[in-house]
Amino acid sequence: MPYTTTISIFVSLCLLVTAYFWGVKRAIATKRSQTALSTQVKFHSLPGFHGAYVAIWCAIPSLVLFVAWQTLRPNFLPQWLAQDMAGLVLLISAGILGLFFAQKRIASRFKARHKVETAFSLVMLLSSLVAVFTTFGVVVSLVFETMRFFSKVSVSEFLFGLHWSPQIALRADQVASSGSFGAVSIFAGTLLITAIAMLIAVPIGLFSAIYMSEYATPKFRTWAKPLLEILAGIPTVVYGFFAALTIAPFMRNWGFELGLEISSESAMAAGLVMGVMIIPFVSSLSDDVINAVPQTLRDGSAALGATKSETIRLVLLPAALPGIVSSVLLATSRAIGETMIVVMAAGLAANLTANPFQAVTTVTVQILTLLVGDQEFDSPKTLAAFALGFVLFLLTLGLNILALKIVNKYREKYD
Amino acid sequence: MINTLLEENHMQENSILRAKYAAKNLDVYYADKQALFGINLDIMENQVTSLIGPSGCGKSTLLRCLNRMNDVIDICSVKGSIRLDGQDIYDDGIDVVELRARVGMVFQKPNPFPKSIYDNVAYGPKIHGMIDQKSDADEIVETSLKKAGLWQEVKDRLAAPGTGLSGGQQQRLCIARAIAVNPEVILMDEPCSALDPIATAIIEQLIDELKQKFTIVIVTHSMQQAARVSQKTAFFHLGSLVEFGDTDQIFTNPQNQQTQDYITGRYG
Repeated sequence: MPYTTTISIFVSLCLLVTAYFWGVKRAIATKRSQTALSTQVKFHSLPGFHGAYVAIWCAIPSLVLFVAWQTLRPNFLPQWLAQDMAGLVLLISAGILGLFFAQKRIASRFKARHKVETAFSLVMLLSSLVAVFTTFGVVVSLVFETMRFFSKVSVSEFLFGLHWSPQIALRADQVASSGSFGAVSIFAGTLLITAIAMLIAVPIGLFSAIYMSEYATPKFRTWAKPLLEILAGIPTVVYGFFAALTIAPFMRNWGFELGLEISSESAMAAGLVMGVMIIPFVSSLSDDVINAVPQTLRDGSAALGATKSETIRLVLLPAALPGIVSSVLLATSRAIGETMIVVMAAGLAANLTANPFQAVTTVTVQILTLLVGDQEFDSPKTLAAFALGFVLFLLTLGLNILALKIVNKYREKYD
Repeated sequence: MINTLLEENHMQENSILRAKYAAKNLDVYYADKQALFGINLDIMENQVTSLIGPSGCGKSTLLRCLNRMNDVIDICSVKGSIRLDGQDIYDDGIDVVELRARVGMVFQKPNPFPKSIYDNVAYGPKIHGMIDQKSDADEIVETSLKKAGLWQEVKDRLAAPGTGLSGGQQQRLCIARAIAVNPEVILMDEPCSALDPIATAIIEQLIDELKQKFTIVIVTHSMQQAARVSQKTAFFHLGSLVEFGDTDQIFTNPQNQQTQDYITGRYG
């Protein structure tokens, strides 16, 4: 029966709602009958908690049973029990059993409130575990695929080889049948573009943060700050075609006037636009940390006869430095992982060059081109994407850990 | 012009004490709300003047007018005049930065910079160009810390962060920091309110020593403190100067009933 899953979800939901209202009703009835007998009796929990308690008891057994049934079904269950209908019946009966068990416990002294509290804290624990396990799963799959890649291509060739052409021939006699996986030029391209982006984003972001927190009038701040943060909300695809269709041609023409050879896809165009995109990451966080420096320090400095800029340079920035450094590091890892802008504006050719006006390629672009389209997942070509991804992951992970460490180590404890 | 000069000469001849500050008909407003009403007050050189009164009476506002710290508050406006050595500090030609170098300030809560003890003290001299070489800084730091009575406690750990000191030490560090710029006046805004009685006693003794070299104005909530450390006392109420005179006289024989009520604790 193809719709069994849909039906069982629907039935379980109905059961849950029923359980809740039944619990509420029973609790109210119990309360009425008991308070009618004596005024001494105090009902411990509100009816809503009893309802929630019954609903939870209805949900958990059926959920556990359903998961167990699903995992055991393919190999361990007899034919009659493995059928869809059997699962549905199991699900419902477990729910109803739980419901009856729970509603029997409703009484004046029963602490449904505390039980529900515990249940919800468990739900929240599970939710946070989902994120942790996902990260773990991603890392594990990356590691295994990377190991498969390195069984075909040596680590040293990947890390130190200068030539990147990840084409695997279909027949042995084709040109470039071996493919070569020297990733140095890709890492170099990533570094070049990231460096350009940070050269743009750090000074502008920092200055705007200082202006916003120290000089701007509250009125200017209330409309300028959200506007700046909108920059972070523009989809990167939009930045990408802005870079490819506006900035890059403009730069090419401008270079032509000056007699410079600027290719239409260049590290400069991508880096410039990426830098603009990252400004709000630097400025917003830095603004927060500068604002967090207590007013008493500004007063203390002003009372000594320091001007505003002296106060900022000598007191506020040193005090806020750890936060600023970590915001820069987070922005850097963001720049390294950025894909859309570089795909559109930086090019695909793996040139090993320090010239920002030439086309270069980045780790993210290569991963994209390696995996786009129909691929077989056992050739070094596709596996190379995992190796690149793994390096990228390690790099950004390292930067993030460093940023956190700096923040924690040098965090000023203002009281 | 000639009148003022004559007046000053006259005052210097007649007594050793000279008015450092003279406030005339001073009104201060926060937006529409008036905080100070027609204050007339002379603050004598090399004396401790304490400003007392219930919360919200305007004593801190007056203190913050004396080094123009109120400037940072946009809605604050000042009318009348405050003369420092005969010159109106609210004149257009006055450089606030220079004024604040002449008039140091110590705040209610100790606020050392998150720097080393050494750099905290050297901060002011550095920005005012008082340091040409390292030895200048060393000397200023040492003498300032000695004057603030902190040298013995910190001389072996000048590179340690100032924020790591105890509350009383931090406050003395802030006093050293203010002294380092070589000011003429030191303003203190309830400098002991965050300190324990022992640290308070040390600071009070320090204030007594400092008045040899500096003119000191102190805002305090503690009547005993005002009686102990100051030579002149001004009592404020609801933005007006109610009574001003020698501390002995104010505390033993107040002329005004409100003052009497306040210092005997019958007030509020």
